[in-house]
Amino acid sequence: MSNVLSLTTFLPILGVLLLLFIPKDSKGVLRNVTFAVTIVTFLVSLLILTGFQTNAEFQFVENVPWIAAGPFIMRYNIGIDGISLWLVILTTFIMPIAVLSTYTAVEEKVKEYMVCLLLLETGMLGAFISLDLFLFYIFWEVMLIPMYFMIGIWGGKNKIYAAVKFFIYTMVGSLLMLVALIFLYFKGMQAGITDFGLLQFFDLKLDMATQIWLFLAFAFAFAIKVPMFPLHTWLPDAHTEAPTAGSVILAAVLLKMGTYGYVRFAIPLFPEAAHKFAPVIATLAVIGIIYAALVAMVQEDVKKLVAYSSVAHLGFVMLGVFAFNTEGITGGMLQMINHGISTGALFLIVGFIYERRHTRLITDFGGLSKQMPIFATVFMIVTFSSVGLPGTNGFVGEFLILLGAFESQLRWWTIVATSGVILSAVYMLWVFQRVMFGELDNPKNQKLLDLNAREITIMVPLIVMIFFMGLYPKPFIDKMDPAIKKLVAQVRVASVNTMAIPCADQSQMPAGHPGGEMPPGHPSVNMPAGHPVIESPSTQPAAPVANPHAEK
Amino acid sequence: MDMILIPAVNMAPILPEILLSVLAMILLLINVFSPGGQKSSLAYISFLGIIAAGVLVAIGWGVHIESFSGSVVLDNFATFFKMTFLVAAGLAVLISDSYMEREGCNQGELYPLILFTVVGMMLMASGTDLMTIFLGLEVMSVSLYVLAGFNRANKKSNEAGLKYFLLGAFSTGFLLYGMALIYGATGTTRLYKIAAIVGQMTVPSSNIMLVAGMLLMMTGFAFKIAAAPFHMWTPDVYEGAPTPMTAFMSAGPKAAGFAALLRLFLVALPTLQVEWSQVLWVLAVLTMTVGNITALRQDNIKRILAYSSIAHAGYALVGFAAGNGTGTAGILFYMLSYAFMNIGAFAIIILVSKKGETNGNVSDFAGLGFKHPLLALAMTLFLFSLAGVPPAAGFIGKFYLFSGAIQKGYIWLAVIGVLNSAASVYYYLRIMVYMYFKESTEEFEWVKVTAPVALALVIAAAGTLIPGIVPSVILEYAQMAVKLM
Repeated sequence: MSNVLSLTTFLPILGVLLLLFIPKDSKGVLRNVTFAVTIVTFLVSLLILTGFQTNAEFQFVENVPWIAAGPFIMRYNIGIDGISLWLVILTTFIMPIAVLSTYTAVEEKVKEYMVCLLLLETGMLGAFISLDLFLFYIFWEVMLIPMYFMIGIWGGKNKIYAAVKFFIYTMVGSLLMLVALIFLYFKGMQAGITDFGLLQFFDLKLDMATQIWLFLAFAFAFAIKVPMFPLHTWLPDAHTEAPTAGSVILAAVLLKMGTYGYVRFAIPLFPEAAHKFAPVIATLAVIGIIYAALVAMVQEDVKKLVAYSSVAHLGFVMLGVFAFNTEGITGGMLQMINHGISTGALFLIVGFIYERRHTRLITDFGGLSKQMPIFATVFMIVTFSSVGLPGTNGFVGEFLILLGAFESQLRWWTIVATSGVILSAVYMLWVFQRVMFGELDNPKNQKLLDLNAREITIMVPLIVMIFFMGLYPKPFIDKMDPAIKKLVAQVRVASVNTMAIPCADQSQMPAGHPGGEMPPGHPSVNMPAGHPVIESPSTQPAAPVANPHAEK
Repeated sequence: MDMILIPAVNMAPILPEILLSVLAMILLLINVFSPGGQKSSLAYISFLGIIAAGVLVAIGWGVHIESFSGSVVLDNFATFFKMTFLVAAGLAVLISDSYMEREGCNQGELYPLILFTVVGMMLMASGTDLMTIFLGLEVMSVSLYVLAGFNRANKKSNEAGLKYFLLGAFSTGFLLYGMALIYGATGTTRLYKIAAIVGQMTVPSSNIMLVAGMLLMMTGFAFKIAAAPFHMWTPDVYEGAPTPMTAFMSAGPKAAGFAALLRLFLVALPTLQVEWSQVLWVLAVLTMTVGNITALRQDNIKRILAYSSIAHAGYALVGFAAGNGTGTAGILFYMLSYAFMNIGAFAIIILVSKKGETNGNVSDFAGLGFKHPLLALAMTLFLFSLAGVPPAAGFIGKFYLFSGAIQKGYIWLAVIGVLNSAASVYYYLRIMVYMYFKESTEEFEWVKVTAPVALALVIAAAGTLIPGIVPSVILEYAQMAVKLM
């Protein structure tokens, strides 16, 4: 039981070993074994969920020596708290669905495909559970390799361009993060830190200039992964070219690496810098929300539209996270899971019609609801979830994000971002209307079959989750709440520090900081921020749980 | 008549060298007296000899013996590098036989020459006197000139040999001139004595003779390790030389160059570290950038790896510029890993290419991934390692090299290094793109993976993967090696 986290993470690798003994041609066996492995992984991960104590501590911790050479000590140090818990569960939950979706979609090189899927699962889980910065980096990079091959081998027309772009974009960001990581380690060494263990770095007091550089390096790497405007350009390419299962995993889990990176690393490691840059990040997030929504609106390819909607949704997540209060971050975390479910589902839906018609152009469709009623229902529910209709999961997340951001220093950003909610309704409902309603005039569409049993099986768990999280988000919020409160407290201390620094600058060390840099930036940053942030404790405990219900 | 007195010397530090030299001469004799044709036996004997030498070297771990009145030393530093050379030579021997057979130039002299090269390299690593280092360098270089031009029937190979010889001789001139100036400035050629004398100078950096000597020596070695802007010979020589020799040259002599440079600068000229690390800073940036940017434009895979090997010298120079324990241990680790991964990659190139060195373009790798999954998998491992993607030894090596720079405060150097590393990913990925994402245009004329080549691939893959996952197996030794120096 104590190793359940490692077990969950490395079960897929054991699955890979199993696959190696299965001949290439028995595709059915390969698929079923992979499915079984992911299901077992999911079941094992449920042990984590049931054994998880609702508190702010890291649990299921395993910490054993790994590398000890020279100035560096790396440990196999893993554990989860309320923040990573749900992402782990999301990953193990999505994987069987992704595997099922490939049963008819992937006919060639099935074995290699399944190996990639399983390796990817281990990589993703490893990144979510790592509490050692070096270990995290390894998993973060390892994840790239199977995804690269998935896009490149089983992708669409422009697969090579998309795969290489995906790899290089991520690589540039992560290498700069690596430099920052090493630098941080040496800073930590001066303060008596002896290994890469993440938690001890939280207490490290770094001066502002250092924090800014390190934060920028981390933030850059994560911003590429999220992806944030203007670093998002790899995403539409990757999503469009990737096979369905690849898109699903990319949207549902891989993009969460970026936002998770902010929540777990960039913000708590460099809280003062995070505070300082919150307006910048929020601005980029809001631009992303509006811009991606507008671009999504004019897409002709359904898959590309969904890809751009991802950019917009993740903009919301970022906005919530950088509100730095419990509501905002809770909303952001929920929205990560929601986005995983609803966008994952959207990609599956796109995959269903693509498999039937081998086109994804909106103009090729129309009136499908008459021919495919089940499909239409499923699509409608998922669309509502993506738009954030009350009663679905998307609503809870978006509402909390907007609430949190509005209460924080990001009030004006929130007001602009809210229009993104409307825009998302516009493009999602519009595409639904064009595909599903109207005349069924294309003869090729008149013979389309409705969803079969396997496809329905794939969608049912997602739809259940959409409503479950939409109507009763309490269990999710409860589990993550203590961890989020802890994070908020960490950042709040920092926000007080940032405000205190200009004073310290003037009184004690006039030359300590480059004079012009800090004081001018600060008042403008903190003035709107100061009050709501300090007031929020009183509203906090009730807000995250009560509000969504009250609203309904 | 005066007797020439030979002082009683301790031969123990150079036992592996003696073994290899004797073996090489025996091989030459066997080659002469054995009927022509089958030369495989020579390859097997030299491989066994290399293993035996490896055992001798390994026994010397932890021992510190100075000999030949302080001009040769056996220490962990030398031992580590000797192991690296033996790995490179052993892998090169394993992949040579079938290649030379195919190209029709299976002359028996190949193996003795490789062994002589190793002897030269070993002397470079254990030399503590300018003269010993120079002698080692010459033994190595002269053998390499021949090896580069070994395929006599091939024009490109001839060109490679001649070019390497001309430029190599030229660079040796620089080196020797530098050594002469150092001798002029300090009056000795013993590294420890140079250090002592330079240490007593009030302002050593204002001693023009000393500084000029240092710079000239650096230039000479920069040629040998193919650092920009002294890298011009590399692509042509690497492309023209028989592929197994290219593999060997890119790994062994480069490591030897670093061994000598490290000992020279860290032992003899530590007082000038501020000066030389600045020069190395610039050299590192130039080398990485030139290597990577030119590699991006290549289609011939040997040339890609040639330019990439320039870039790799640049990464190692980053650790050298740092000059601290982390960086230098990184160099040792990296050189060994590089021997594994680069020779491994060249082994695959040999298998894919056809007689007369055709089929050497990236596009000829199209479809390899599914036609020969194991080979492609091995190649993928080597390429990811070269690109510095975990979990492979190349990543750990770069991690330590760049960490050294960061520890030293050369943040920008590290940033330039990682950006270069990211750029290099493109051309390594390109090979993988062809292997996996494109269908083969023509049928592979399937090359037999002979047992020695298979063994080489297994060793190379293990040497690339295992230190990537548990780096301590090598890293600890690398760190002990630089500590004692």
